[in-house]
Amino acid sequence: MQSRLVYMDHGATTPVRKEVVDSMLPFFHDQYGNPSSLHAPGRKVRQALDEARETTARALGADPEEIYFTSGGTESNNIALRGAAKKQKGGGHIITSSIEHHAVLDVCRDLENEGFKVTYLPVDHYGCIEPEMVKEAINKDTFIISIMAANNEIGTLQPISEIALLAREHGILFHTDAVQVVGQLPVDLHSSNIDFLSLSAHKFNGPKGIGALFMRKGVEINSLYRGGSQERKLRPGTENVPGIIGLGRALELAVSDIPHKKKRLESLRDSLIAGLLQIDDVVLNGHPRQRLPGNINVSFKYIEGESVLLGLDMEGIAASSGSACSSGSLEPSHVLSATGLDHSIAHGSVRFSLGWGNCKEDVDFVLQKAPLIVERLRNISPTYHSR
Amino acid sequence: MYNEKVIDHFNHPRNVGELSDADGIGETGSFKCGDTMKLYIKVKDDRIEDVSFQTYGCGAAIASSSMLTEMVKGKKLDEAMQITNQDVADQLGGLPPLKLHCSNLAADALHNAIEDYRRKHDQV
Repeated sequence: MQSRLVYMDHGATTPVRKEVVDSMLPFFHDQYGNPSSLHAPGRKVRQALDEARETTARALGADPEEIYFTSGGTESNNIALRGAAKKQKGGGHIITSSIEHHAVLDVCRDLENEGFKVTYLPVDHYGCIEPEMVKEAINKDTFIISIMAANNEIGTLQPISEIALLAREHGILFHTDAVQVVGQLPVDLHSSNIDFLSLSAHKFNGPKGIGALFMRKGVEINSLYRGGSQERKLRPGTENVPGIIGLGRALELAVSDIPHKKKRLESLRDSLIAGLLQIDDVVLNGHPRQRLPGNINVSFKYIEGESVLLGLDMEGIAASSGSACSSGSLEPSHVLSATGLDHSIAHGSVRFSLGWGNCKEDVDFVLQKAPLIVERLRNISPTYHSR
Repeated sequence: MYNEKVIDHFNHPRNVGELSDADGIGETGSFKCGDTMKLYIKVKDDRIEDVSFQTYGCGAAIASSSMLTEMVKGKKLDEAMQITNQDVADQLGGLPPLKLHCSNLAADALHNAIEDYRRKHDQV
């Protein structure tokens, strides 16, 4: 059987770094106090929590009081979008894109059912949103614009600064789902016009089940929850202390690694893309340059993505796909469809997402195995023989 | 997600390819998820003497096509017509629920191939 594991699904989740685990461990057993408690064990944990908040804020160019810990990207998105909508009382207009993660898209659809108007902006064939289209979509009722910083499937980086500036000029709130970007590319919130930013620790070698929402000072939204006064009532409930400590440590490490890691991943990414494109009838999805350092998304024509994944898995290569069969629905990825990709090609999409730990040997291994898997599956495929 | 038998059929699909002298060819597909299956049969004395397939689809689609070809070789046409998609899934030891709807279409392709054979040989 297989002798090695080549993990290329860092867009889904990442392994937790040992330093991060080590930083968390004391908070399960020794330092178990509730940070809201008055006594010494509680105060000690409160202090550690405050420090993690400071570390997190520093890594993002924000102030500690602008960081709200949540359970992850999904909850951060919900708190920001639903919270801003709740503040509106009686409707309004939201602008988002057609390629957002479901944690934004489905919230917007829900809000639409509740009487809000939503514009889902189209994208070009690279998956880019045109700021001019955002401008045209703005009307007197627009109260929030939510555009992801980078797409999770095809890795396309969006012109967030320009769109955030547009929002600011029109007095509209701006939210960005940045779970794929934080820890991969530099983020400096104070020099930006971003009002809300969602992040998730497990995307940058932190633990699962913990994330944060940045909310700019002075911005007000209504809380979705009722409970205690934790996270300034925006996210009540006893804090996930080990998670928060781990998030702070993971983010600190990830951000300090960015200059080196970005260059390394981009180089691995580009050689993997170049190698895969050597195979006949393979197309690159997303933008050739304006993409996440570790994201590779290609479609193998005439074969189906899930079968490629399974073939890769047999060789010990872990990747993911936007094909219908692997998405749990019968439709191909809404992202690839929005880029105008033909359904049959969208079905053959495979995403490799690189991260900490991947090396040149991994890329070589994939490039050695992928052509054989593709050839084998094409040999079975009737559409390949009748092309 | 998939059991070992499914994986085995995916890894080592039986009876792959085109039968150049096929007596009947059946095709089926799921418009929604894009899966396509093509089944070729060679018939002698009302029995399926040889069978092969080509499939575009996920692991379940490939495995169920392969499984079906094993199940029908040597079967009488009337018996083969009785085989359902569910029978194929059962023979594979089960498929994930979602796959039962979209990818498990091999028996349909077989029925189409038998009908094609019968049409060509005036048995309808």
